[in-house]
Amino acid sequence: MTQYIIRRLLYSLPLLMGVNILTFVLFFVVNSPGDMARMQLGQKHVTEQSIANWKQQHGYDVPLLWNSDAQGEKKITDTIFYQKSVGLFLFRFGVSDSGRNIGADIKERAWPSLAVALPTLIVGLLVNICFALLMVLFRNSYLEHAGIVLCVILMSISSLFYIIGGQFFIGKILRLVPISGYDDGIAAIKFLILPVLIGVFSGIGSGARWYRTLFLEEVEKDYVRTARAKGLSETQTLFQHVLPNAMIPILTGVVVVLPLLFMGSLIMESFFSIPGLGSYTIDAINSQDFAIVRAMVFLGSVLYVIGLLLTDISYTLVDPRVRLS
Amino acid sequence: MNNPILAVERLSITFNHRQTVVDDISFEIHAGETFALVGESGSGKSITALSVLRLLPNNARLNAEAINLHGDDLLGRSEFELCKIRGRRIGFIFQDPMSSLNPVMTIGSQIEEVIKLHFDLTRDALKQRALELLQQVELPQARQRINDYPHQLSGGQRQRVMIAIALAGKPDLLIADEPTTSLDVTIQAQILALLKNIQQQTGMALWLISHDLALVSSIADRVAVMQQGKIVETGATAEFFNQPKHPYTRKLLSALPSMQSCLTHSTEEKPPLLQVSDFYCHYPIRKGIFKRIVDYVRAVDGVSFDIQQGKTLALVGESGCGKTTLGKSLLNLIPGSGRVVINGVELNALTGEALRRQRANIQIVFQDPFSSMNPRMLVGDIIAEGIRALHPKVSLEQRKARVRQLLQQVDLPEDSALRYPHEFSGGQRQRICIARALAVDPKLIVCDEPTSALDVSVQAQIIQLLKTLQQEKGVSYLFITHDLAVVAEIADDVAVMYQGKIIEQGGVAEVLTQPKHAYTQKLLAAVPVLKMDH
Amino acid sequence: MVVLWTDALIYLLIVVMLALGLYLRGKEHIKRPLQQIGSSKIGMISLVVLLFFVLIGLLDSVHFKPADDKKNEIVSLLDDWATPLREHGEKTYSAPFAITLYSKEMMMLADGSIQWGYPRLEFGGRHLDDPETQRIRDILQKGFYGLAQGVGLTGLFMMLYLCIPMLRRGNTVRVAPAARAVVNPSTKAVWLVLFIIVPLATTLIHLSAYYHVFGTDKVGEDVFYQAVKSIRTGLVIGTLTTLIMLPMAIIFGILAGFFRGWVDDVIQYVYTTLNSIPGVLLIAASILMVQVYMANHEAAFTSVIVRADMRLLFLCMILGVTSWTGLCRLLRAETLKLREMEYVQAASALGVKQGAILLRHILPNVMHIVLISVVLDFSSLVLAEAVLSYINIGVDPTSYSWGNMINGARLEMAREPIVWWSLTAAFVFMFALVLAANLFADVVQDAFDPRRSGNE
Repeated sequence: MTQYIIRRLLYSLPLLMGVNILTFVLFFVVNSPGDMARMQLGQKHVTEQSIANWKQQHGYDVPLLWNSDAQGEKKITDTIFYQKSVGLFLFRFGVSDSGRNIGADIKERAWPSLAVALPTLIVGLLVNICFALLMVLFRNSYLEHAGIVLCVILMSISSLFYIIGGQFFIGKILRLVPISGYDDGIAAIKFLILPVLIGVFSGIGSGARWYRTLFLEEVEKDYVRTARAKGLSETQTLFQHVLPNAMIPILTGVVVVLPLLFMGSLIMESFFSIPGLGSYTIDAINSQDFAIVRAMVFLGSVLYVIGLLLTDISYTLVDPRVRLS
Repeated sequence: MNNPILAVERLSITFNHRQTVVDDISFEIHAGETFALVGESGSGKSITALSVLRLLPNNARLNAEAINLHGDDLLGRSEFELCKIRGRRIGFIFQDPMSSLNPVMTIGSQIEEVIKLHFDLTRDALKQRALELLQQVELPQARQRINDYPHQLSGGQRQRVMIAIALAGKPDLLIADEPTTSLDVTIQAQILALLKNIQQQTGMALWLISHDLALVSSIADRVAVMQQGKIVETGATAEFFNQPKHPYTRKLLSALPSMQSCLTHSTEEKPPLLQVSDFYCHYPIRKGIFKRIVDYVRAVDGVSFDIQQGKTLALVGESGCGKTTLGKSLLNLIPGSGRVVINGVELNALTGEALRRQRANIQIVFQDPFSSMNPRMLVGDIIAEGIRALHPKVSLEQRKARVRQLLQQVDLPEDSALRYPHEFSGGQRQRICIARALAVDPKLIVCDEPTSALDVSVQAQIIQLLKTLQQEKGVSYLFITHDLAVVAEIADDVAVMYQGKIIEQGGVAEVLTQPKHAYTQKLLAAVPVLKMDH
Repeated sequence: MVVLWTDALIYLLIVVMLALGLYLRGKEHIKRPLQQIGSSKIGMISLVVLLFFVLIGLLDSVHFKPADDKKNEIVSLLDDWATPLREHGEKTYSAPFAITLYSKEMMMLADGSIQWGYPRLEFGGRHLDDPETQRIRDILQKGFYGLAQGVGLTGLFMMLYLCIPMLRRGNTVRVAPAARAVVNPSTKAVWLVLFIIVPLATTLIHLSAYYHVFGTDKVGEDVFYQAVKSIRTGLVIGTLTTLIMLPMAIIFGILAGFFRGWVDDVIQYVYTTLNSIPGVLLIAASILMVQVYMANHEAAFTSVIVRADMRLLFLCMILGVTSWTGLCRLLRAETLKLREMEYVQAASALGVKQGAILLRHILPNVMHIVLISVVLDFSSLVLAEAVLSYINIGVDPTSYSWGNMINGARLEMAREPIVWWSLTAAFVFMFALVLAANLFADVVQDAFDPRRSGNE
């Protein structure tokens, strides 16, 4: 088991390297450090000197990839690429191009993201599973047909509509909860209700359908027939036999997104003005702050790799066929 | 005569309001007796059994005058009441124990579930009862294994667990739907003996469903034959097998391969076509962080044999002995090492293009006629594929003519070339596969259990076809099978495999009548023989 | 005629689909699923709706420079046809079917005095002398007229359709039996839908000559016109992206599954890496790249439309590059399974070369996954465009798209009284297209799923 984990971690190193290189290439093909300096300093009335100063301050005064002026190994290490990347691997994100400490920002903003994403995930999971179970219980009846039609309709409505509509009806007309914003501590709850509710509602269509497919696949299997031959009723079979088996793919599908919850949903955070990591990234893209973007991409990939690892581990824990072979 | 435990009157089952799968059948099962319902695939026997418990699929409609269990009407019962009867008064054993057991529940809990459903016992009493049942079905080391999961047990052990589950409710009637079809022949004998034992101990009725007449003859008291949804003949076993009345029954019985035919093969020596020496197929087992090779799975472990021109060598063994691996690796479909000489050419020394050109000499026919052909290709293209690949200079017209010729040789109509595989039955598909193999004029055809998935009457036809082709063309066969009766019919020589090694080989009459190795003797003893004598 | 880049690709797509259709014409394993789709009422209804959208999109894809044009602009057939609508811009917001602007202004009256009130629209309801009393009746009248037009048109088509076999009775009626079987069971449903859609369309068209049926937006442009123009954008994103994504996904997926070993490792590495980068970032970076490129090559992009078109094209390409991983993974898994199928082993035994095995055995047997994936992805891409526009990395803000409409309208939601028609129009059109696509995707999936259809 531990050997497996070690092997996967070793494999993830070239992966992270690849991600890093790709981000670097993407970003610097578009912008040169000079352009970035100009952008940060404000487009007009900048002198060559202030640009050079800014570059030196932020470590952009050396060449991008290959420093032909330096000696020996410094040819590689005295470059933007090396300098900026090494820190990442040690999780020292450094300072953003606008001067803020990225590490501290990330730590602070991770919690709001989580506060929205985690409840959405859990509540959504419960609602979707219940709905899917209901549809399977009543399969081949009109109720099921109505359920499927409802799911397709819900799926076809854009999430933007749910957000805007939700904000409008609940926030403005009914005035139950504030439309957007955030607060610290327990007071945050009233700001979270709307995003979580809308997040869950917009996901019912596709989620319930997907789980229904999983359940139906299990229901067709032979051991369900054995269970019925034992004398179990339809409901008992569903809950005691189908559900535990179907939970394996469901859980592993959920586990893989768990780490990414920290990154937050970009749209939700923007619409509801939640100061999470999602909006952090969006703002960085808009202001072309490479330092933040690089850090966020790296963080995202690390979390993704962890997610993949967790999925494999959870398979081992949940499925006895994998655990005991 | 006691009252019947189960009485079925005029039962009919239709699918989608159109297709009649069971057509107005009636029968009775008496307490303490073993009743066998036999028939070929598609005859409706399994559906009949499921219908008694009303476990039919949604699109099936049931119609009967009466279904009575010990005099109580089952037909009019509600679903709720039926749940009380299932498992408690009627137990069911399904065919494939691997897929019929819940993979994420321990076997102990699956047995306890039934008991809990129908009896009111304390937790400890439940566990105790489950253990007793496992011991009753003779599961070795029951106490340790009760917390195992199904995938940790072997096929035979899983079937024992299924039987335990079926017995847990102390039923009056036990229905066994092809209980031994997916098991090895030695295990099959054990399971059948177990069933008979338990039946005698408990006095319950046993309803056995099978396609295997020989098996049925050794265990049943009364037999009924189904053909296309109708029961064509019923009778006590002795009478049934010795004096069959209905032509269909007679046809079924005459199609059975008999062990006696091993004596009819010629023992004339011919020059060797294939010489295999010291053949190995070792799969590496990798462990550790860097996946180092720690050991090997010895699927084929040093095997040597010869096949003579125009003769058939049967390779016999149970599942896992390596016979399929050996067959496939002779064609280089699975990597193997060792000396393989065919017609003087050393195959193991060739690679790449040279090897590809030699492929015309050895061909293969697979077991499953459904998955061995590309469902999206026309039959004509399937047969001509080898010609296209190995003789690219042959023109389209010549290819078409050859395809027509081949279809004729395997007794299929000419217009088959323009149809798709799914339009044909299992036996017909196997004929197409044989035609495909013959298309490149091979000297040797490896037949990997080609008739195991077919009905017995179709099997007899295919065996006859293979024999005819051998006489006409002088092609040799390496016939891989687990069925000793088929070996007796078709093979000239036999090689018995066990755990990757050939433990006995020789002429078919010699090996089958005077087996030397203990394993061969065990195999022969386990083969169900049709008891035709009084 | 002017051919924009996206237009060219659309023509290419049509040619490819026609070629594919001809190639698969006689194949049995295509006929049966097609028949199943044809006999499904929902399938045929959603197909009709989709075809309607496609027709509009195609009309909008033939561009040219109008002869009498002084402004040096490029218009499409649709633009040309809708010219009155296009040019009847108001000053600012107005409600659907309104006669006046939405907000109060200082108006100069005929007698020179200034009043603070709702000014009349330049084009909407211009023909009415006494708006208050006449409006409702006028709308109903014109609506009815449009409805009658539509019903008459559809009725005419139906007559022709029914008459054709009769006219042909003289010659041997060689209508392919399969075609007959495909159309008959759900023909009634199709005609019913046509009787709803065509009259609805003609009514709207007729009314929009006199009123702004969905109102106008902030700069006074007719919302109905915008929504209809956005259809092409949505369709382009849904289809071109797939066109770009398919070759990569198919080639890499099949190669990885078939050859395994280092080929598999490399491809897995590539798509895991791509997957770990948030898609938003890749798209943002690429859009920035495009903008820089366009800024540096001013001369090549003569007009706003060409520029916007380029950006749309690049958006499709980027979306394609970032979304091939999903299908690739599915194809890899399926190829791994197919590789072990006995007919592939038989082909090896028969001496068939590996390339031939890939083309003849693997590829045809994974096409059903590709088809299902294409149809399913279409709707999610259309929805994604709206979201991307919101974060400013979608299509060019000057081009017509539902995302832009929503984005623009959303900022005005806080306004009192509320401006709702732009949003509603965008949502209604988007919903219709996506719902039709989803329903059609379901029917296609059922038809082509090998487990539920034609079990061997």
